[in-house]
Amino acid sequence: MSIDNRKERPTIGQIMDENGVGRRRFLKYCAGITALMAMPPGMTAAFAQQLRAARRPTIIYMPFQECTGCLESLTRSFAPSLESLMFETISLDYNHTLQAAAGDAAEEARHEAMEEAWGEYILICDGSIPTKMDGIYGTSAGHSFTDQLHEAAEGAAAIVAVGVCASFGGVGAAYPNPTGAVGVSEIIKDKPIINVPGCPPIPEVMTGTLVSFLASGVPDLDNNLRPKAFFGNTIHDRCYRRRFYDRGLFAESFDDEGARNGWCLYKLGCRGPTTYNACATIKWNGGTSWPVEAGHGCLGCSEPEFWDQGGFYEPVTSKLFNDTGQIAAGAAAGVAVGAAAAVAANRRKKKLSGTADKETSS
Amino acid sequence: MTLLEFSRGPMLHFALFVFVFAVLWRLISTFMLGWRKRKSEWRTTSGSSAVKGAIAVGNRSWPHPEFLERTAFGEAVGYGYHIGLFAIILLGAPHVIFWKNLFGISATWWPTIPSGIIHVISVVTIFLLLIATIRRYMHPPLRRISNFDDWFTLVILFGLMISGVMAVFGLGGRYEIILAVHIISFNVLLIWFPFSKLMHAFYILPARFFIGYTHAKKGAST
Repeated sequence: MSIDNRKERPTIGQIMDENGVGRRRFLKYCAGITALMAMPPGMTAAFAQQLRAARRPTIIYMPFQECTGCLESLTRSFAPSLESLMFETISLDYNHTLQAAAGDAAEEARHEAMEEAWGEYILICDGSIPTKMDGIYGTSAGHSFTDQLHEAAEGAAAIVAVGVCASFGGVGAAYPNPTGAVGVSEIIKDKPIINVPGCPPIPEVMTGTLVSFLASGVPDLDNNLRPKAFFGNTIHDRCYRRRFYDRGLFAESFDDEGARNGWCLYKLGCRGPTTYNACATIKWNGGTSWPVEAGHGCLGCSEPEFWDQGGFYEPVTSKLFNDTGQIAAGAAAGVAVGAAAAVAANRRKKKLSGTADKETSS
Repeated sequence: MTLLEFSRGPMLHFALFVFVFAVLWRLISTFMLGWRKRKSEWRTTSGSSAVKGAIAVGNRSWPHPEFLERTAFGEAVGYGYHIGLFAIILLGAPHVIFWKNLFGISATWWPTIPSGIIHVISVVTIFLLLIATIRRYMHPPLRRISNFDDWFTLVILFGLMISGVMAVFGLGGRYEIILAVHIISFNVLLIWFPFSKLMHAFYILPARFFIGYTHAKKGAST
């Protein structure tokens, strides 16, 4: 597609107007996004202006080693919302789960879309990428996922890794990681990458990240390439049960008095203290509830290697090893070495006292 | 592998191995040394000597009345931070959870102190530890008998305490990093423990007992 053709793409503002989204509603949405992203209130108008002027983006959605849970989360909003409408304004030119085309036709459509928006499209990746044995564990249309990722990433303006698998390898990379699964950032090093982890990620976080990117480019990211606006605080910091933690009130089991009273789930393995996500503030299903509110501890699904952090029902400070045989062997060795040292010392003592006796008697 | 994983996984495993091995080595090699051969008749029976030994454990854990005025401050600070440390380690909810998990026990009877009280105890304990450190440095005899062993132990203890307080109050950066530093400090303490004066934790009561016991036996009975 030439530059002129790209200019013909409608702006997000035009699409909003066509869908009857009023200025007030649009500004309210922008205020919500800017508030979530910790921007000053004065930025809302500028943000809305930039967003309205942004051209409808082309999205190439590449599913790799995944379960489709992330896509389910993104597409099955509880009720039609402005967030879902925003998601619909993007030009989802390729997603082999959603599109009608299959086989060669689907691949042709992808290549065509990529060529038309070369250097400008957003690549969304879903699922981990297997790397062992030249990536043979994951192939599509006769190409390994690794090759497909390299090819699609080459013309992308930015890459958004959706879900913990695309971000950090997820369940595919869990020990012993038989396929050598990794996240996108392990493979692609020369493109801006935004990780939106979660199992699945919160839909509002996904759309918020995309909207933020459209309006003002790559947002502030943390060490794990996650937008700080959504992943800047721990679940524990924002949890409504935090006051019970501070008072030392914990549920000991899932059906005890503490659980019924809504006390802190730390002892039951809640990983809120080490998990950065927005579940406690944005919640799920249109703000209805979230796992901790439903009575279960946070699993830490937006963190790297969350599958390998010990049992889900063990506290975050629990040991990460099961083999106590070596410690028992250490104890036995300690007793043996100590006994041998004492015997040697006693012998030396006897020898010395014998010599002293002889000297005294002589 | 993240820093937190490393601290909870292989490093904790290694530290426990070293701790268990070296503590048992030192205790067994000491306790198996036996008694010095005495050529004189013992003054008391073993039973009454044992009672004297137990009394010595109590007596020697309390400041001598004659020196109370001069030693009271040091003793109070020492007892203060020892009690604080024990309260935090044995009754702080996150620590109790840690021990239960480490030993694989449910121990529902194990009580915990509310976090707010533990927070106060933690801050007071750090303050007392700081006073003890300054006193060790400023007090000429104490300074002369202090060596690397004492100072290094204090560095570890401060690292452990301050990182713990920072983790609880959400200070100084990301929780998982602070928590990892806290657990790493604990691991270093475990490794250092058997080779340092920290072994007094195991030796102090038996040593006082044996002193009282042998003093009771020695000397003429008339």
